[in-house]
Parts: sequence; structure tokens; C-alpha cells
Amino acid sequence: MGDAREEISEEIREETNGRRKFLIETVRGLGFAVTGGLVWSGFIEGKKAYPFILRPPGAAPEESFLVRCTKCGMCVEACPYDALILASPGDERPVGTPYLMPRERPCYMCKDIPCMKACPTGALDKSLVSEKDGHGKAKLNINLAKIGMAVIDRENCIAYWGIQCDACYRVCPLIDKAITVEYTRNERTGKHAILAPVVHSDACTGCGLCERACVTKKASIFVLPRRVAMGESSERYIRGWDIKDEQRLEGVSPETKTVTPRSSKDPLEYLNKGDF
Amino acid sequence: MGIIRKYRFMILRRSSQLSLMFLFFAGNAYGWSVLKGNLSSSRIMDEVPLSDPFAILQIFAAGSIVSSEALLGALTITTFFAIAGGRVFCSWVCPMNLVTDLANRLRRTFRIDSAGKSWWMSRNTRYWVIGIGLIVSLFMGVAAFEWLSPVSMLHRGVIYGMGAGWAAVLSIFLFDFLVIKNGFCGHICPLGGFYSIIGRFGLFRIRHHKGKCTLCMKCIEICPEKQVLSMVGKKDGMVLSGECTNCGRCIEVCDDNAMKFGMRYISKIT
Repeated sequence: MGDAREEISEEIREETNGRRKFLIETVRGLGFAVTGGLVWSGFIEGKKAYPFILRPPGAAPEESFLVRCTKCGMCVEACPYDALILASPGDERPVGTPYLMPRERPCYMCKDIPCMKACPTGALDKSLVSEKDGHGKAKLNINLAKIGMAVIDRENCIAYWGIQCDACYRVCPLIDKAITVEYTRNERTGKHAILAPVVHSDACTGCGLCERACVTKKASIFVLPRRVAMGESSERYIRGWDIKDEQRLEGVSPETKTVTPRSSKDPLEYLNKGDF
Repeated sequence: MGIIRKYRFMILRRSSQLSLMFLFFAGNAYGWSVLKGNLSSSRIMDEVPLSDPFAILQIFAAGSIVSSEALLGALTITTFFAIAGGRVFCSWVCPMNLVTDLANRLRRTFRIDSAGKSWWMSRNTRYWVIGIGLIVSLFMGVAAFEWLSPVSMLHRGVIYGMGAGWAAVLSIFLFDFLVIKNGFCGHICPLGGFYSIIGRFGLFRIRHHKGKCTLCMKCIEICPEKQVLSMVGKKDGMVLSGECTNCGRCIEVCDDNAMKFGMRYISKIT
């Protein structure tokens, strides 16, 4: 009698042990997987965060560029000026992706855009550097490229000091469109002019020839990614004198979503209370 | 002559690995158009596209579509390796194989395994890594493995410059040499796991003739995926597992002619 009971409990124990073992092993496996996945994601997040990277002409917006780029390097091989660099480990950039360092070598704006043509996945997107010609056919136009935007450090640009320099202006492939020179009176001397370069974001392609040409020790005009260099006004600020700008209002709901302690009150009430 | 016969597949494999690597290198350095790009995506003679199907799969998981060219390239590669069978990519193309084979060689020379118990890791880890990689791709919106693949780092390094990539290669070498036997290629690498799945039903397979086998176990000793040789000495048969890399080392070390390459579905087992 006693033996039989022991046998049964032994069986149960073995069974529960088997089940227990299976459960524990599954949970351990999952734990391992989740840990690995989180570390992996963290690593990618850290690398993705690098904002100051200039992509080849025709590059899709950074997020979609990063997902489509297979890191094959064919754009780098296609560049006749060897201007493109493929990020290697230790570059602090997403590894294997192409980028430009204009101070070392800028983009020389090839008309046939060989780097874009070499891309097998569409990370460099033809449609972003094409326009319709007179017959409605798509035609490449390198001047549509938005690699980045040139930004001037007015404190170190010697032209802004009043010394004559127009290196960036002269070298700009879109001279008088992307960079213009503004004449102002030099108040310090009272008899000279300041010939100051000014960048225009609508035309600037970010090729970086200006950064390369800049005569100061560290370039005082340099290319930044547009998302870094430029602000963005909300659709509630409209240049009312510009019909094109009015179009930004289309589809914008009149309801405001911004709620602050002040805006939660009725404007009249807020004025009458007199606590401003 | 004997020595060449003894290493006939090794010589072929090294020639295949090195010449492919050189052609890729020359594509960038000398502008040769035979092979341009790298193992992630490339073109033959500037025309025929090739793409790493695992990378493309990750891009899909990340929620993006690729051009038809990349898709066609991935399909070409998948078809090729599916027909070839096993992990032909791993032992005939992959540059990391040179590193891990060297690690394994030194492991035997210094008899690391005789020093007692070593670390254990499941060979199924690689399939988990595939799964986790696809999930991470989904959540992070990028092809996750491509961001840290030491295989691509090494291959890109050879073509475009190594940067700090040597550290990744060195750590794989040390891991395989001192920590786990065939640790990277045989346990972790999801690319290898992916090709195991693709090559599962392929044509070229190792076959074993039990009648000639003298149970010396040299093949088991040399095999980087010894679980696939479960039939050795027990019964005639073909290696059917996709995890076999078709490296042919077992054929070379066998002094009894008990191992041969065969064509699955076509040649007879014995």
C-alpha cells in the first residue's frame, strides 16, 4: 500500500518536474531573447541618433533612407570624385551608410548623378532629383538635390568683418541664387562697404563647395543637414501677403490643440480678471 | 599530388572566397565592373543585380519596400543557394569563414578542447537571433542585423577600409578560438541560420557509405556542424540538414572513401 502511494507521488513529481522544467526553460529562453532584443535596439537607437550626417544627392528623408539603404557602397564606388565615404565602424555614424564631408571633398554636382543611379534599393530616390521637362518627361536635375544647407558663422566670416572675401560666392555652382552678396555700409570706417555673403535656402543644394573654399582656418560657412539647420513655422503663422503661403492653411482645422493654463480660460475672462 | 587531393575542396573554397573578395575589392579600387558593391547588394557587369535576401527580408520587416531591382537580386541569390543546397554561402563565399576556420585550426593545434568542460550554447540560437532580429527591425524601423553584422563589417572593411571593424573581427576570432567551438558561424550567425533554411532542400549533399566506414571519427572531429553527421557509422545516407555547409572537409579527412558529394534526388545513396 505504502509502496504504491510512493510510486504514484514519484510519478507526479516527475511529471510536475518535467512541466516545471519546460516552463522554466521557456521563460529563460524568452528572458534571454528580450534582453538581447533590448540591447540590440539600444545599440541601434544610439547609432541612429547621429544628426549631423550629409547624405548623397537624392537621398530620401533620413528615416526612410536608413531603412532602405543596404550598405552596399555602390554609390561610393560610382562617385567620380571619391567624395562619398562609406561609414566604417568607429565613425560614430550608422555603419556602412554613405556620407559627405564637404570640407575634405564636396559634392561636385554631376549632371547625370551617378551615385543616385547606382543605388539598387531606392534609398537614393530618382524622383527627388527629377523634374518634368516641356514634354512632361522626367528629367534629372541635380540642382534639386537637398543634401543640406550652408550656414554662415557671421562672427568668424571675414567678409562680415569688412575684409573683402567672396570665395564662397564665387565657387557656388548656383551663384547669385544660392549665395548672394549683400552690400552694406561699413559703419566702423565710415567709408567702406561690407560685402557679406548670404545663403538662400530655396536654392542651396548643400553641395559644400563653399565650405571647401572657405579661407578661414575652420570653415565659417558649412553645410548642415536641413533638418538641423532650418526651423519650421507652424501653419498658424502665414505670410498673408503671399498667396502661395496661404495654401498652407488648407486642411488646417480651426480648433486649436494647444492648451495652457491661460488658454483654458475664456479670453474675456482672462482680460477682466486683470491678473496678467 | 597527395596533399592537393587531401585539401582539394579547401583549395577550391579558398580560391572561391578570395577571388570573390578580390573582384569586389577591384570593383571599388580599380573600377572593374565584374562585381561591384558588396555582399549586401551588388551588380555583375553593371547589369545583373544581386542582393542579400536576409537583408531585404529585414527591410520588409522594418516596414519598407525596396526597388524591383533589389527584389530581383534577392530572388536570384535565394534561388541559387536553394538549388546549391546547405550553407554553400558560408563555406564558399563568406569572408568570415576564413577567420573562424583559422580560429578552429588553432583550437585544434593548441588542443583547447582537451582542457576540460567548455561553454555550451544551443545551435538553435541562430534561429532565435533571426526571430529577434526581425522583431527588432520591426520596432526600430531599420534592418537590425545589418547594423551590427560582423560579416558585413569585414567584407566592407576589405573593400572600403576597415575603420574600427577589426575589433569586431578580432572578437569573433577570439570567441571561436577560446570560448565556444564554432561559436559564431555554428551557433549565433543569423545569416548562416537563414541559409540553413534556404538550403534545406538543395541539390548538392554529402553522402555516407557505411560499408566503407571504419569508425575513425575523423569526419566528426573536423565537421563544424557535427550534428548533421548523425548517420556516420550507423547507416548509409545523405546529410539532409540545411546546417551542413558543404565545405567538404569530411570528404577530405576520410581515408576510407566513405564520404562523397552526391546529388540529392538524383544519385543513389550508396
